[in-house]
Amino acid sequence: MSAAPQLRIPLEMASPTNRGASFSGLRREWRLASWPVRFSTFCLLLFYLLAIASPIIAPYDPTYQNRRLPDCPPMALHLAAPSEWSHAFFFAYPMTMIDPEARKFAEDRSTKTWVHLFSYGHLFATEPGAPPFFLMGSEGLGRDLFSRIVYGSRVSMFVGLIGVTISFGLGITIGALSGYVGGLLDNLIMRWSEIEMSLPSFYFLLALAAIIPSGMSAVATFFMIVAIMSFISWAGFARIIRGMAASVRSVPFVEAARALGGSRWRVLTRHVMPSVLGYAIVAATLSIPGFILGESALSLLGLGIQEPASSWGNLLAQAEDVQNLAHYPWILIPGVFIFLAVMSFNFLGDHLRDRLDPSNRR
Amino acid sequence: MARFLIRRILNMIPLLIGITFLSFLVMSMVPGNFLSNLKMNPAISPQLIKEMEAQFGLNQPLLVRYWKWLWAVLHLNLGTSLAFNVSVTSLIGSRAVNTIILSAASMLFAWAIAIPIGIVVAVNQNSIWDRILSFVAFFGMSVPNFFLAFLVMYFAMKVNSPYLPVGGTYSVDYAQLDWMSQIGDRINHLILPVFVLGIAGMASLMRLMRSQILEIKNSDFVRTARAKGLSERVVIYKHVLRNALNPFVTMAGYGLADLLGGAALVEAVMNLQGLGLLLLNAVRSLDIYLVMGSVLMGAVLLLLGNLLADIALVMVDPRVDFSSMDSQ
Repeated sequence: MSAAPQLRIPLEMASPTNRGASFSGLRREWRLASWPVRFSTFCLLLFYLLAIASPIIAPYDPTYQNRRLPDCPPMALHLAAPSEWSHAFFFAYPMTMIDPEARKFAEDRSTKTWVHLFSYGHLFATEPGAPPFFLMGSEGLGRDLFSRIVYGSRVSMFVGLIGVTISFGLGITIGALSGYVGGLLDNLIMRWSEIEMSLPSFYFLLALAAIIPSGMSAVATFFMIVAIMSFISWAGFARIIRGMAASVRSVPFVEAARALGGSRWRVLTRHVMPSVLGYAIVAATLSIPGFILGESALSLLGLGIQEPASSWGNLLAQAEDVQNLAHYPWILIPGVFIFLAVMSFNFLGDHLRDRLDPSNRR
Repeated sequence: MARFLIRRILNMIPLLIGITFLSFLVMSMVPGNFLSNLKMNPAISPQLIKEMEAQFGLNQPLLVRYWKWLWAVLHLNLGTSLAFNVSVTSLIGSRAVNTIILSAASMLFAWAIAIPIGIVVAVNQNSIWDRILSFVAFFGMSVPNFFLAFLVMYFAMKVNSPYLPVGGTYSVDYAQLDWMSQIGDRINHLILPVFVLGIAGMASLMRLMRSQILEIKNSDFVRTARAKGLSERVVIYKHVLRNALNPFVTMAGYGLADLLGGAALVEAVMNLQGLGLLLLNAVRSLDIYLVMGSVLMGAVLLLLGNLLADIALVMVDPRVDFSSMDSQ
């Protein structure tokens, strides 16, 4: 959704030496990566793990309301003494509300809530019926914030992947077609994309979000959001890819392919598209944060994923009430997750650009 | 110059028509409309609903409605807000001014910090400061506007200073203040949002500045300047910097969309009376003419910003001429 980078055709990106997905290749990549890139990779792997294995990692049902424990602060995890290891390795002191008016909580030091690892089908869990253990506190209705974050990661982590796939598929097909075929089609497509690009994108996103019917299921809403954001962002890619395809048209290897009698389609898919693929991968990685941020913003404003389903964005909506923000600052934790995800994709995209395009290296 | 300007402005017309038609199309796809809420209300007679439908033209086909709207816009009448029942123009005017002030202030803030830091960092490439500040820039680029806004608001509440009010465009007693204190009050309310918006812009600008200077530092004319025996100061400020600034002007134009979008979010989170918040509320209540007006206003701001950036680029960079920009 941001400004188009300067056009430069990195033809060396297409050279076969840069391809390599073997294990030794991966190990080499890891050695070459700086520590922020390693940290980013780790974060992203972790977040995708959260998204895929959410029922196992989340200790509680994300919609279960502990009516007596609303806005409970995060609880400290204590290491049990060796004599208690027959129970569990970890425990927490349960919280009780001492002042319902101000929602003040105090640890109840007289009992312990045992936190069992790898039991009850979860990564960690408390015994059924025991007071809950809130790793990151609870929100206004007494739901476990950590469980909601884990389930919310499904939305935030996949909105980028799916959105990029769609908008890139559109952009690369339309752009390559437009640049390679040229003529009237090119003209029409470019005028259309110009209109889309001169839209104030976030304003348009807000207007488009009004299309989503309020009664829709969370999954359907999710796909609506993805579709809307792809619709807004394909034009930028299409223009860049078009520029590259148009200039690639007169490059000797494409001329050679044509001279050898390659059909239009063959030249397009076998020669033109692969040569812009390197750029496309980098641009795709760098555009994922836009999708994550867009979804979070919409959900935060109440136009995206609706309660009781959770996404990192709509979890933050509670903080819109200044009083909540002042007294229960742990409701900002989902924002840290958004930040880490966005930062990781930025680092990774930057790193990929340096790796794939030697002319860019400094 | 005049020819270039006229052509650019004429170019905007089909763009604006396209943008507004697209938005109109979108708003017509929305399930239900503003009146569907009223229909639920048993206290309002179906007769009245019919009258309102006719009055606002909601029962006419899309193209007719669009044409009527466009015709009205050409007469500088953006229609009537269904929810507020006042003219959209009067609602948008003051809000747009607030948004422009916020965006312009954030941009100035971002530039004022990004350019000097970018220079220092690039001149001392690979020093410890370069590493730290480049990392901080990445941090600033990645932190979501709304999250930073929440953090800053939390901080402001803990500090609880009268100079850092939490959210809002002005204080409750704004109307009773004299004009000096009114301006002071407005500025106090701008500090936090400008900081939030400025940080994001600053980070990417700083990175741009750094890479620009690094690229130019190794070019032939800089080597010549050094060989002539010019001092490092003159080389950096007169030769490198002057050339490094060009992409900034372009960035200023293209960054505007992001700035407007960011401003909309910050307005919503910090409850600032700007165009973004107005649009958000209009979308929530399906107030179609208000939505259209806000989108149009946003688009106009964006196109004007790009135009200004192009003009500025021509003035800053003698290599760019009008004829080459015409063909783009």
